[in-house]
Amino acid sequence: MTEYDAAAAAVQSALDAGARYADARVMVRRYESMSARDGDIENLVQDEDSGIGVRALVGSGWGFFATPDSSDSGARRAGQQAAAIAAASARVAGPTGEMVALEPAVGSWSSECEIDPLGVALSDKGDLLTSATATMRELGADIAEGLYQVWDTRKWLVSSEGHRVDQHIRECGAGISSTAIGDGETQRRSYPASRGQYASRGWELVDELDLLANAPRVAEEARALLSAPPCPAGETTLIVGGEQMALQIHESVGHAIELDRILGWEAAFAGTSWLDLAQLGSLQFGSELMNITIDPTIPGALGSFGFDDEGTPAAARDAVREGRWVGVLAGRDSAAVAGLDYGGSVRCDGWARLPMVRMTNVGFEPGPHTLEEMIAATDDGIYMESNRSWSIDDRRLNFQFGCEVGYEIKGGQLGRLVRNPTYTGIGPQFWRSMDMLSSEIVPWGTPNCGKGQPGQVGHTGHPASPARFQNVRVGVRA
Amino acid sequence: MSEETTFAERLLELAAEEASGADVEITVERTRLSLTRFANSRIHQNVADDVLRARVRLHREGRTATLTSTRLDDEGAHDLAVRAAESVAVAPLDPGWPGVAPPSEAGDVAAVDHTSWDATPDDRAERVGAFIDAAAGLEVAGYCRTIAIAGAFVNSAGQRLTTQSAEVAMDGVARLDGVDGVARLASGRLGDIDGGVLGARAAAKARHGVDAVELPPGRYEVVFEPAATADVLLNMSVYGYNGKSVHDGTSFVRVGEAQLDPSVTLVDDAPASGSAYDPDGTPRSRLTVVDAGVSTAVPHDRRTAMAAGATSTGHGTPMPTWGAFGMQLGLSPSDRVAGDDGEVDGPAAQASTLALVAGVTRGVLVTDLFYTRVLDPRQLAVTGLTRNGVWLIENGEITSPLRNFRFTQAYPEALAPGRVLGIGSVVEPQPDSWASARWWAPAVHLASWNFTGGASG
Repeated sequence: MTEYDAAAAAVQSALDAGARYADARVMVRRYESMSARDGDIENLVQDEDSGIGVRALVGSGWGFFATPDSSDSGARRAGQQAAAIAAASARVAGPTGEMVALEPAVGSWSSECEIDPLGVALSDKGDLLTSATATMRELGADIAEGLYQVWDTRKWLVSSEGHRVDQHIRECGAGISSTAIGDGETQRRSYPASRGQYASRGWELVDELDLLANAPRVAEEARALLSAPPCPAGETTLIVGGEQMALQIHESVGHAIELDRILGWEAAFAGTSWLDLAQLGSLQFGSELMNITIDPTIPGALGSFGFDDEGTPAAARDAVREGRWVGVLAGRDSAAVAGLDYGGSVRCDGWARLPMVRMTNVGFEPGPHTLEEMIAATDDGIYMESNRSWSIDDRRLNFQFGCEVGYEIKGGQLGRLVRNPTYTGIGPQFWRSMDMLSSEIVPWGTPNCGKGQPGQVGHTGHPASPARFQNVRVGVRA
Repeated sequence: MSEETTFAERLLELAAEEASGADVEITVERTRLSLTRFANSRIHQNVADDVLRARVRLHREGRTATLTSTRLDDEGAHDLAVRAAESVAVAPLDPGWPGVAPPSEAGDVAAVDHTSWDATPDDRAERVGAFIDAAAGLEVAGYCRTIAIAGAFVNSAGQRLTTQSAEVAMDGVARLDGVDGVARLASGRLGDIDGGVLGARAAAKARHGVDAVELPPGRYEVVFEPAATADVLLNMSVYGYNGKSVHDGTSFVRVGEAQLDPSVTLVDDAPASGSAYDPDGTPRSRLTVVDAGVSTAVPHDRRTAMAAGATSTGHGTPMPTWGAFGMQLGLSPSDRVAGDDGEVDGPAAQASTLALVAGVTRGVLVTDLFYTRVLDPRQLAVTGLTRNGVWLIENGEITSPLRNFRFTQAYPEALAPGRVLGIGSVVEPQPDSWASARWWAPAVHLASWNFTGGASG
């Protein structure tokens, strides 16, 4: 029995039990992570996870059931269970249940991968992390940590409309960090990003990061931060580094344009959005320098795929064009409710979870400047990079970010190192104040986007580059 | 013998055959998670899964490997044991391995409630329906969740433990003119979760929240409702009373010192949730981490205990690199007064909370905290926002709804000696969205909270 057979059996079973639509995903995922600390391996985990998840629509009520048993009988039971749960939903059902039309997709897709991450010897991967963390420890880190993670996912989708799609996606990434402990506080530096860099690529990504070469700098900068002056407090010109900008986009643009949030489907947990569908196409979200795309076709980016988990083929779409809000992240059901004609951004984090609206790759198109030009053009300001803390309200308006490191800018040059840099603002005011944007785009990967109940951890990509903002409040502290 | 125990014993045999002489730990857990989610006053996502998962941890010749799998037919189980043996042979050295847990008896844990264990989609839909009805026309959103866990732990030293637990939780908001009111409760007993009571509470809070005004940022006296207190408990547990953080020096905790107000006693009580052992196979135990303001103990798993020269308290977590901490931390309530546990009209919702409000000359009543993140773990400086209802208190009375604040506040400083002006007498167990954690939270009255921004920035 093939994976397609199991998915088809589950779908047919749901239809036999009364569903008017059903889809099923069989998924097999191998996950491996290793963490090192102070020159020793701290944890090695290898997981093999496989099963089937079935989604059924009975009347206008949805149901979902998942089981690791993807035998013919297990798949059929899962289809029945999904239909039974959908029937229970009908006790408090709503008026809809429609989905935007989609030509049934049949196809296969694989991500690019030069070096299979699971084929690299554990000892080699361990040596990399232990060497990097030992180096940081020797050069002043009180806590030196390193981590890599690998996901190898195969999935097969069948729907009652005729979808038959299989995909093989390999993702990996790594990072190191150094913590220095001072009198009453800690300072942290990381490389290449606060949670590492991740992509839908093979181990060649980790090789390119060159963790070992960056370990000494990371350790020394963490130690230097302990004696740096605190970030000044007040309103100033702010230049945000590329990795921090990726998170700024993720939190204040990506989540804000999720259609399920806009429709109130996440109201009780993740929250809603300040965006009103009536303003789609007309609202000035940010300055005219701001062009944001939703693009799951970017080769190697962490949010890339061939088809989303409803079978919609990957396609690029504008979210913000010259500062104007023009697109959303949607699924077939949410799009139907909103009166839109596209989905394409629905994913689940495994066979046991319901597909839902998720970011794909949401990020900048290149701007006309460079970081060097931005600094040179700034008489008085602050440059911040590498995320340390992030918080935003339930409508995605009021944010506060802390960064690992900041530098004063005086007379067009980087000046003193400052510690505990933070900045805060209101989304649209902040984005409208962006007056310079770099062309130096990096497709940063975020492997830990939490959403949904039960919780799901999504993998998203964010092409981002440094950008400059005016009149930003910085230096908020306890 | 349970299905989980039988399987665990079989896997132990297989692993021992494949990795002769190794330390072996086997954990087998069956989790039935069901969650009925509602939004726009209808059920829109209704999910369930039934997952049997096994974990094999091997330590041999100084190396450790941990493998998990859901592929557990005969072939899958054999393959898991073989792969574990292969991995441990090539894994990097692990000098921090603390050895496997010695045989010991499980302590007393809460008995499982079989109505919760056997809860059905209809049971959840019924509670959702009651929540919606009680909101009387207000738009509502939230969830009703049931979790049933059966597990077995065996190791090569002869440790043999089993566990059974069930939890029911409901969390919902009622919405009116852009204002949300919340009600949230967890319990081991299905019968404790009354969708009608919770829906009425959420709706009352929303109705009292309209036409909110913005108050300037600054330090204010506050009364936190149990939902807000739960966030304080979570962060104090994960970043403060954590064996790894204390050993590293990234925690504020100094055992033996009077770091918090004398009215504060914090107890982690995992056995009350029915959990019998931690991932190392150490029996769970009740642990007082703060007694009358004095930090008295630090939770440990076997690895953090060995590093610190201490003994495991059975506080390992599923995320070992995060350290060892309690996931059932509670703030001990003040002595009960007759009538304290009743619902009251108005924003405070609960008589015990209202009693604290009566002691405030000018301050802020906070229902819930949201998106809290740590700026610095050593100070436990946290930023976040208020959510789901904020009100101005003047002369012991709730006088006006307020718009949400952003805050930046060191949590231990807010609970420091002299800063806790009152603790409610009624604990409302608060569910956690991401794990089987529960925070046993009463309302609290604090002398000062640092609001650093308002809704407009």
